[in-house]
Amino acid sequence: MDAGGHAAAPTLPDVLPEPKQRGRVMGFVHRHPTIVLGGSVVALMVLIAIFAPFLATVDPTALAPAKRTRPPSELYWFGTDMLGRDVYSRVLYGSRVSLTVGFSVALCASVIGTTIGLIAGFTRWVDAVVMRVMDGLMSIPAILLAIALMALTRASMKNVIIAITVAEFPRVCRLVRGVVLSLREQPYVEAAIASGTRVPVIIWKHILPNTLAPLMVQATFICASAMIAEATLSFLGAGTPPIIPSWGNIMAEGRALWQVKPYIVFFPAIFLCITVLAVNMLGDGLRDALDPRLAKRL
Amino acid sequence: MLAYFLRRVLATIPVVLMVALFVFSLLYIAPGDPAAIIAGDQASPEDVERIRASLGLDRPFVVRFAEWLWQVIHGDLGTSIFTNLSVAHMISQRIEPTVSLMALTLILSLSIAIPMGVIAAWKHGTLIDRVVMMVAVFGYSTPVFVVGYLLAYVFALQLDWLPVQGFTSITEGVVPFLRNLILPSVALGLIYMALIARITRATMLDVLSQDYVRTAKAKGVEQKGILFVHALKNAAVPIVTVVGIGFATLIGGAVVTESVFAIPGLGRLTVDAILRRDYPVIQGVVLLFSFTYVLVNLAVDLLYTVFDPRIRY
Repeated sequence: MDAGGHAAAPTLPDVLPEPKQRGRVMGFVHRHPTIVLGGSVVALMVLIAIFAPFLATVDPTALAPAKRTRPPSELYWFGTDMLGRDVYSRVLYGSRVSLTVGFSVALCASVIGTTIGLIAGFTRWVDAVVMRVMDGLMSIPAILLAIALMALTRASMKNVIIAITVAEFPRVCRLVRGVVLSLREQPYVEAAIASGTRVPVIIWKHILPNTLAPLMVQATFICASAMIAEATLSFLGAGTPPIIPSWGNIMAEGRALWQVKPYIVFFPAIFLCITVLAVNMLGDGLRDALDPRLAKRL
Repeated sequence: MLAYFLRRVLATIPVVLMVALFVFSLLYIAPGDPAAIIAGDQASPEDVERIRASLGLDRPFVVRFAEWLWQVIHGDLGTSIFTNLSVAHMISQRIEPTVSLMALTLILSLSIAIPMGVIAAWKHGTLIDRVVMMVAVFGYSTPVFVVGYLLAYVFALQLDWLPVQGFTSITEGVVPFLRNLILPSVALGLIYMALIARITRATMLDVLSQDYVRTAKAKGVEQKGILFVHALKNAAVPIVTVVGIGFATLIGGAVVTESVFAIPGLGRLTVDAILRRDYPVIQGVVLLFSFTYVLVNLAVDLLYTVFDPRIRY
């Protein structure tokens, strides 16, 4: 059959080079450098937090009054504070607090905000009430709201997480409600409503998947601002209890001496900045990857 | 125009009431006995009883809220537990440094960030653009107190150009006033500048691709005229919006900045109140700052009509 008079197409000489095939991994790195860079730094910080007991040179809470305020040296990489505690070990352990607070707040705020946002987007009378409440909550500057809440409760990491979550979740609520309102007008949702699909099923199958992308981006930014908020609260003396070494606490303790021993403040500050920067880069990258239209503009 | 103004002003009333309700009810939402919380750790049982009586916990919540609101409207924010002075009086003593700090920060941020954003958009894709955006990302990833210490370390301790801490009233001369306030303002303004520069660049990019900009170019308007007259005016609405929303960051940052630079303003008052658990003072300051924030955003909404006369809703 193939030989039956049909002229086979002559094989073309290979003038075009093979299109350069990048591996899947390298291709991703090339397209989304900020996600990769931000993600790697965050991953590194998570590893530091998990393996802090092995990386630290001494117990971060061990007092050694004889070795007070030693400058950074071979023995004490980041120096020692006014109670002789090793700043390097304390900074490593501090990553646990920042990451726990950042991730917990991002998770709690997303879950609470999404739930309320979905209900508000679908029920008109709830929407009217909830959105007024959210307007009110968002009119109180987040850090002040957290301060007021912390002033009422005992200092603990759980309370810090709750206080920052209360200050942050209205943003998620607003975002999700906005997405729901615009999705409700989509033909496929109208079709689902018309064909008698129950509301919970519509929310689960049609609405929720479409909120995930903006939600993920928002959650990353909330994680970053929660880390800053935790450090700020601790720095002001209204956050994580002073006995737990958190970056904010180390800086708060270094405050009294910062003019003569600036390294006590600067090492935790550098770790905090790098972590927050990485999380923000991850968020920027995710936003660009998930919403290419916006990426072109911003 | 007047109808729009009135409607916007009326629309803020429920928000203000909501804020007041929150600030008032925080004390009752928190776990534990409100009287014991207010009295603090060192209070005797008699103190707790006295405070319980003054709070009027036996009466309905709505009645207490209404009474409290009535007092607030008349400028009575309660009495500090620690100093026994009226909260309104304590606030009035501390307000000048905070207002000075915020005003200078606002002026600095706007006059640096907007040109930065405009230039980044104009030189889109070049090195300048990338540097501006990098600075912006760093700006909103660095906590205010870190920037504050860094600036104070370099410019006050190492170079010895400016005082490390403190505040001088403007009535004692403009130069000492500025010398004390310039570092705190830059520290506080960095995150604000980052926000404004980003939004300015983004909206300017949008505006610069519009037909009327091309027309302006075609009829020979010079570059500066196009950028700062034709384009910037049309980009004003999103920029002003971010200036309004970012004001919350500015308020929160002021509390921290005042601690770093030992400025005796409302922020210091807040921090002292936290450490002493002086709840009426915290309540008063939060209320004042929140109202200011609402008013700033009301002003922003009203400004829309100035920048864009098409807005009518």
